[in-house]
Amino acid sequence: MFMKSTMLLGTRKGFIAYNFQNGNWKVENLSFEGIPVSIAYADPRNGNWWACLDHGHWGVKLHYSKDRGKTWVETTAPAFPEGEEVKDGVPATTRYIWAMSQGGNKYPSKLWVGTDPGGLFVSEDGGKDFQLVESLWKHPTRKTGWFGGGRDLPGIHSIVVDPRDENHIYIGISCAGVFETTDAGRNWLIRNKGMRADFLPDPNAETGHDPHLLVAAPTDPDTLWQQNHCGIFYSNDGAKNWQEVSQPEGPARFGFAIAVADDNSNQAWVAPANSDEDRTAVKGALCICRTDDGGKTWKDFRKGLPQENCFDIVYRHALASSGDSLAFGTTTGNLFFSSDRGESWRVLNNYLPMVYSVGFGE
Amino acid sequence: MPTLKFTYALKRFFPGLEKTQAKGSSLSQIIDELENKFPRFRTYILDEQGRLRQHVNIFIDGNMINDRIELSDSFSENSEIYIMQALSGG
Repeated sequence: MFMKSTMLLGTRKGFIAYNFQNGNWKVENLSFEGIPVSIAYADPRNGNWWACLDHGHWGVKLHYSKDRGKTWVETTAPAFPEGEEVKDGVPATTRYIWAMSQGGNKYPSKLWVGTDPGGLFVSEDGGKDFQLVESLWKHPTRKTGWFGGGRDLPGIHSIVVDPRDENHIYIGISCAGVFETTDAGRNWLIRNKGMRADFLPDPNAETGHDPHLLVAAPTDPDTLWQQNHCGIFYSNDGAKNWQEVSQPEGPARFGFAIAVADDNSNQAWVAPANSDEDRTAVKGALCICRTDDGGKTWKDFRKGLPQENCFDIVYRHALASSGDSLAFGTTTGNLFFSSDRGESWRVLNNYLPMVYSVGFGE
Repeated sequence: MPTLKFTYALKRFFPGLEKTQAKGSSLSQIIDELENKFPRFRTYILDEQGRLRQHVNIFIDGNMINDRIELSDSFSENSEIYIMQALSGG
């Protein structure tokens, strides 16, 4: 099946673009050397590249390129209106850009951005300016029912736009859970039914859930998958009900990343890690697990991946699929590629910085 | 007029930034001046609520400012104001 020929990496030390030429991935572009890039994103509508920067000193910045990284334009990063607070007495400032999504073909200038501390922003002008989505920020559960998970404050890491109706959007928040809007963000429904939050006094609480990453199947957007803090969850009714599909004894259980096939809503991959206590590779070895039957069974694939003395884990945005191909980057700077749906792997680089995001583009 | 100096790290984003004389009589006015000359400069120094960023320091005549929220520290005509980054990270 057709594979996109560009791969964008957001890393702790810069933005890296690979291009597939003559059967090999070659580095095409390195930009923002030395600067943490939380998300490297290719907008499928126009080919624009986006770099979400996390300057330690100078704040969160947003740049785009219309010429494959040769030149970049800095745009206005999402910012909270004056006086907004994360909670009483804590001023709201954008601390991290943790998700970026195009707004759909019907709205060619629309972009969505998710942030720590829990603000969803929308741009209607191609990313020149972003506005806080007030309805979500003012959601009655936010100040009391959302909290940090993975980061110190709540963060929006997943934005899923329904290609059939681009006003229909799901977001994933750690820790709050899955939220759905059917009117482009004016109203929000909580979609956590069937999920578990084992770390809470009440595991079935309305909010406070920790979906590490939420994705939808391109062939059937009512089929959603999430790698959750408490296991792998699946829904085939548009997130109205979730069911756990983890392997009880692992390894497909704990982790951060999840990807679903372009052409099969029941095929998905996860990158297992040890428990939330350790956050290391399971038994010192890397594997990628795949299900072909909606999570009923999982196979673990190890060919080409390190099987001893390995500490790598895969961050939530650092596993991507495109056609028959998959790629993932790790916390210790390894980048792996598979052209057979994850069954075997080859190394593209062992010497990268920590990898925060991997994505395919044209 | 007070003299303004900058960490070399800021020159990566604002190549034209160099030692200069400031007209403003408050730190906020000085940052406004710099913003006019170097668009987005403010966002590198201050967060969106107007506070000095956590890992940015301003020194007036060798002393770190006290008020990182309102930027109310005063200075004189002959002061040297140094905008720099905290030495942190790896």
